[in-house]
Amino acid sequence: MITAERKPLAEIKAMLAPYRKILVVGCGTCVAECASGGEKEVGLLASALRMDAQIEGRTIEAHEMTIDRQCVYEFIDKLTEAVGRYDVILSLGCGAGVQAVAEVFPKTPVVPALNTTFIGETKESGLWVENCRACGDCKLGYFAGVCPVTRCAKGLFNGPCGGSKNGACEVDPDSPCAWQLIVERLDSAGRSDLLEAIYPPADWSKQQGKGPRKIVREDQRSES
Amino acid sequence: MKAESNLKNVLTQHNFAVTAECGPPKGADPVVIQKKGDILKGYVDSVNVTDNQTGVVRLSSMAACAILRQEGLDPVLQMVTRDRNRIALQSDVLGASSLGIRNILCLSGDHQSFGNQPQAKGVFDIDSIQFIQAVRRMRDEGLIIGGEKLSEPPRLFIGAVANPFADPFDYRVVRLGKKAAAGAEFIQTQCIYNLKRFAEWIRQVRDRGLDRKVYILGGVTPLKSARMAEYMSRQVAGMDVPDNIISRMKGVDPKDQRREGIAIAVETIMALKYMEGVHGVHIMAIEWEDVVPQIVEEAGLYPRPETSRE
Repeated sequence: MITAERKPLAEIKAMLAPYRKILVVGCGTCVAECASGGEKEVGLLASALRMDAQIEGRTIEAHEMTIDRQCVYEFIDKLTEAVGRYDVILSLGCGAGVQAVAEVFPKTPVVPALNTTFIGETKESGLWVENCRACGDCKLGYFAGVCPVTRCAKGLFNGPCGGSKNGACEVDPDSPCAWQLIVERLDSAGRSDLLEAIYPPADWSKQQGKGPRKIVREDQRSES
Repeated sequence: MKAESNLKNVLTQHNFAVTAECGPPKGADPVVIQKKGDILKGYVDSVNVTDNQTGVVRLSSMAACAILRQEGLDPVLQMVTRDRNRIALQSDVLGASSLGIRNILCLSGDHQSFGNQPQAKGVFDIDSIQFIQAVRRMRDEGLIIGGEKLSEPPRLFIGAVANPFADPFDYRVVRLGKKAAAGAEFIQTQCIYNLKRFAEWIRQVRDRGLDRKVYILGGVTPLKSARMAEYMSRQVAGMDVPDNIISRMKGVDPKDQRREGIAIAVETIMALKYMEGVHGVHIMAIEWEDVVPQIVEEAGLYPRPETSRE
């Protein structure tokens, strides 16, 4: 999933300062799973904004709506009827959601309530960890299912640096050394031969070669 | 003017090599480098210049190497992959060779979060092993990454680092083997305080025959104080300072601790001199370069061999 964290209230307030009628829009997919932009968080943020305005003697109107996905037009369309009645959209979507909503409603300002952080997994309740950088050239098959690009602080392809100690990374001792995991897992899987191989330089053009990436699938385009 | 690497000559002529480290200043003054060069001249075969070590901005390694070369020393250009992508790295390799620098040490570099620019973007386009391989191909085949031909290949003696004290221990020698296979010709190790563990590592190195593929220079850093020993033991990852070293430093009066640190360094060098598979020492006297001549003399490594020069 794509994870995100809510911005500090003061930063959100500063962006909303010129507006009175606010449409607070959540997203029911990734950011709901990581408890930053789902229906519940929309309710909490809208209440916080109302309460704050009341304390400061301002009047605002904050209307709450949560759609299934802010990154897919057929779901964004559910906002169409309401949008015209508000000065601003406060999006609790990820960066993709905020931009898709802004694209559909170019006349209404859209401001982000979240900082989009990473692609990761829910490790345990209240703990999300990054494990994919979307490099466009997955090599997990050679690294025992541990991504060195993401989980090694230096993105090393050819073994651990000199800072691996007792299974921990020197950069963040709370994080396991990715290469310790790779070495252990390949050893136990009887694939230590993969540890001797020299991996050539990565092809980063698959990640950032010509600006924003696109996927075009003709087989998916025919019906519309 | 030396056309070839002095370090390479010393090693290929079967001498026990001595290199030292020179940290560039946090400023633009060339005199600091010249002074450090003057202190080391004649006592070491080559001088490494660190590349923004620990992610702290300093005078560039390339510039400092050029200054040392003007002073008649044989510099080892340290280059990390943290700050430059493959375009800049390869360009600087050519630039170094054109300036007459004849040794390069390829590293990934300390993570930027440790330095004084923690908000910097870490590049890590390629890793140290990929970098070694790239430099070797540039030199031997005259080709850059991707296969395009150079008009003139760089002339460099290619080095890498090894840390026998980091984990996973048994993988350390595998990684050294990869560095040798990638094209490294000499290796400088992390500072050695735990000789027992180092001896175990060098045994694994010999078992794989790697001591016949690369020249191995053991790293030695003289301790200035008991506090420094404790700090290195607790705070510096990948550093192994055993309790007996710490208690030995603590056991002497603070005003004599520098003397004790020098004694430990000299004893370590003597042990390394007689260890099969070790071809030299690399003395990293951190901001204490003026102690190097004394250590070299006390270890019986002075004068340094005269190698054939052009």
